[in-house]
Amino acid sequence: MKNHVWRPLYIALGLLAFTLLMRQLIVPSDFGTHEQGYMYGWHRKSNEEQWKAVSVKYKTDARCRECHPDNYNDLKSSPHKMISCENCHGPNYDHPKDPIGYAVDRSRALCIRCHSLLPYPNNIRGNIRGINPETHYAPAECVMCHIPHNPKPMRQKREVRP
Amino acid sequence: MMNRRDFCKKTLIVAGGLALPLTAFQVFNPSKLRAEKTGSSKIRWVFLVDTHKCVGCGFCVKACKIENETPYDANVSRTWVERYVITRDGTASIDSPKAARDGFTSARIDQNHAGMKEIRPEDIAKAFFVPKLCNQCDNPPCVQVCPVGATYQTADGVVLVDRSWCIGCGYCVMGCPYGVRFFHPEHHVAEKCNFCYHRISKGMNSACVDACPFGARRIGNLKDPDDPVTRIIMTERVSVLKEEYGTKPQVFYLGFSLEVK
Repeated sequence: MKNHVWRPLYIALGLLAFTLLMRQLIVPSDFGTHEQGYMYGWHRKSNEEQWKAVSVKYKTDARCRECHPDNYNDLKSSPHKMISCENCHGPNYDHPKDPIGYAVDRSRALCIRCHSLLPYPNNIRGNIRGINPETHYAPAECVMCHIPHNPKPMRQKREVRP
Repeated sequence: MMNRRDFCKKTLIVAGGLALPLTAFQVFNPSKLRAEKTGSSKIRWVFLVDTHKCVGCGFCVKACKIENETPYDANVSRTWVERYVITRDGTASIDSPKAARDGFTSARIDQNHAGMKEIRPEDIAKAFFVPKLCNQCDNPPCVQVCPVGATYQTADGVVLVDRSWCIGCGYCVMGCPYGVRFFHPEHHVAEKCNFCYHRISKGMNSACVDACPFGARRIGNLKDPDDPVTRIIMTERVSVLKEEYGTKPQVFYLGFSLEVK
């Protein structure tokens, strides 16, 4: 048979070999179906470790307590006991190395997340002690009068005004 | 010299050979093909949201964005909180300004281009907040549509995205019925909630769970019968989002209302 009849076949076989070779080179050895099968399992196995290695920023109250038991106990014996330290003080990261200290969020915006009174009597939000942020001493920061670690309304006024 | 008959025969053989897909050259393992999932893992992460307890403070969204390095001011988030205000005439007003990153501090409903909607307090029949996040479906449609194997389900049920493998085609963003996927503004690949996989695999809670002051968000292992979350799911009346899609979502809700989609 003449060469020109076979030529397209050689080209096709060459392309096939090239594709298989490139596939071998490009697809990582840990790429496969693994535990979840053909429908949901295809992935690079090593990517699971990459996700597990993401740094933890919020290290929870337990970490704060190790060095600041006084502040921790203050907060945990107050009506704000369910609020995590890091919600106001910011995430731990690698404190005390980095950051050495925190820019504590003392803003009104933080307090009114819960204490801006919304007219929802069926919801617990409507039953949290709240204010209208537009009319309740609008230019002042909440912490000028209210102590976040001990927010009982009567006691704090005595503490703040000696 | 080739006659016509030979020529036709050989052409057919060559064409047939070329038509074989590349996957035909892969050696299949029959047991792998048959078993869709091995289910051998001792962990199946699930989430429990108690909407009765949520007050819309948004600490969960703030913590999520910082913990998972989602650009803080970009209007995308792995989790968000929706507010539903139902008036006496039955209409539902729904909003989630900035994914509720700064909480709900005003009674006005954010209607985007239509502006802020005032609702008179006496018209309100009920109002509630619904936190949303990835449902880590048992049958994740987002994984099924991925053409390159960049998004996948782990043995413990969490759906992850391989950032170095994603080509950014967006099929998964379109395929998710819950709208939890988006493009990461910095990495330019698909992004989604993964229950803080780096935390739960270390024995910690997801960042949103730790940030929630009211216990509205909880994470648990469905394969552990003594897990408090598993007990609630097994013994109380829980619902899931868009059950009719057949995705088998694994975020369970307490206290649903029919307005929630």
